Amino acid sequence: MNNASSSMAPENARNRCKRFRKRILEISQQVQALHIGSAYSCTEIVDAIYFGMMKHDAKGESPDTFLMSKGHGCMIQYVILEELGVLTRQDMDLYCKAGGRLGCHPDYGNPGIAASTGALGHGLSMATGMAYAEKSRKGIGTVYCVLSDGELQEGSTWEATLMASSLKINNLIAFVDNNDFQSLGRTSVTHPSFYPLVDKYTAFGWECVEVAGHDSVAIFNAVQNRKGDKPFMVVCKTTKGKGVSYMENIPIWHYRSPSPQEYQQALVEIEGA
Amino acid sequence: MRNTFSETLYECAKANADIFIVVADISPAGSMAKFQSEYPERFINVGVAEQVMIGMAAGLALKGCRPFAYTIATFSLYRPFEMVRNDLGYQNLPVTVVGMGAGVIYSTLGGTHHTQEDIAIAGAIPNMQILAPCDPLECIEATKFCAIESKGPMYLRIGKAGEPRFTENALEPFVFGKIRYLRRGSDVCILSYGVIMKLAVEIADHLQAAGRSVSLVSCHTLKPLDRAGIEKALHTHKHVIVIEEHAPQGGLAPQAKQIAWDSKANCRLDTFTLKDEFIHNYGSYEDLLASHGISARLILDKVGAR
Repeated sequence: MNNASSSMAPENARNRCKRFRKRILEISQQVQALHIGSAYSCTEIVDAIYFGMMKHDAKGESPDTFLMSKGHGCMIQYVILEELGVLTRQDMDLYCKAGGRLGCHPDYGNPGIAASTGALGHGLSMATGMAYAEKSRKGIGTVYCVLSDGELQEGSTWEATLMASSLKINNLIAFVDNNDFQSLGRTSVTHPSFYPLVDKYTAFGWECVEVAGHDSVAIFNAVQNRKGDKPFMVVCKTTKGKGVSYMENIPIWHYRSPSPQEYQQALVEIEGA
Repeated sequence: MRNTFSETLYECAKANADIFIVVADISPAGSMAKFQSEYPERFINVGVAEQVMIGMAAGLALKGCRPFAYTIATFSLYRPFEMVRNDLGYQNLPVTVVGMGAGVIYSTLGGTHHTQEDIAIAGAIPNMQILAPCDPLECIEATKFCAIESKGPMYLRIGKAGEPRFTENALEPFVFGKIRYLRRGSDVCILSYGVIMKLAVEIADHLQAAGRSVSLVSCHTLKPLDRAGIEKALHTHKHVIVIEEHAPQGGLAPQAKQIAWDSKANCRLDTFTLKDEFIHNYGSYEDLLASHGISARLILDKVGAR
């Protein structure tokens, strides 16, 4: 994290993401249900933001902000915050349990959580306001916001999309976890007009690129190479449940915990990846 | 009241660089234009997009600013309701949602522009506070409170234009969370708030002319409601009258009844509210109120002063 180029060396990023997937898998055995497929879908995106993009001073403080607009994917954020020492082992042990403070969606007020999300279509507006506040105060903070692709069906997301570019908020960097899956099927089937996304965002005045969403280096480089005069959108082509064969692209793994047998298989696959 | 709000906010913004205003395509009347030209970076017009108005205000507040979200009441509260609930209420952020022209003041614009249930809706959200000043002077106090002191989310219900002054000689100062006696008597107590205070004043004048000793109270803070103050009013007057420009559910009237029941009050209690019906007729503001049973004549007939 102190040195982005070292942190984002392919092997380092791969090892971290493997570690995070295993930790999430471990937690899946403590609770009845969690959004495991959603977290695995955006593992590399959130990892690249925390370990490659966010600036930190000597004390570890960051002027940057991470906002998980797709709140249901927050397990990847939690395990990263645990690794960074922001959340504790006890926090994670009490995840979704009485006496704990972490639930299935991020809650503002908990360490490392910049905003409460869970209802979709809220994050990009708040991120736009945060980035605007930073800019208007001549701050150096960048706001990173991760959205789901289903969230792009919310009209509010497009209200924010229009405003961010109209206000020339160039310290806002957003990522769409484009796994093409929603509760009721593939987005490309239910909403064929959803695509192409890059053209839409470009037409709305953003700088926008598409990358392989499980390639940490590609995500990092896309952001490094942006022109920087507009809000920036990275369309990350991802696989829901990435890393575990029986979860990949299977909607029930949006919100389900593996059985002990499934856990063992998943562990083997993640280890061997 | 709209201009008073704008002027007060402009003055507060001069003194505090954390004050932002996010508007949704509402004309920058009065001092709002000054705010816009002098502090363009703190004046954000999102256009006809109320969800991002509230969301951006939340984002600004999460970064330490004190934003106001401002447009016509129906659009500032109803359209972006989930943003008001989650982004402001759930996160307990110091954002003031201004509901301008609330009630039925837009009498010729039809039901889409009427705000009959805003107190109930805003009041149902945990953490949300509600202020509804009755005249321009009280609007100054309320706006200052929102800009300077308020710790959490606020719904500020204000009128549109031309409201007379009623609080110039008020017996008590404006104190957030406390009812405010404008007049003090011993027979009848009229509880009201917001723009319809004009009618409450008229009723009070009639009752006084008929020989009653009348208290007139501005219940400007609808949440947290001054339950102790209302309880005292119920127990120190023979007759209490509530007049409000709001649906029968969730406003001042049902809460006054609840307090009366809980505190075993034995006064007579008459409440006058809008009906639980949309309004499909047109005419003046007074015409619309009258169609819902609210006019000086209708009220005086019912309270037995004619």
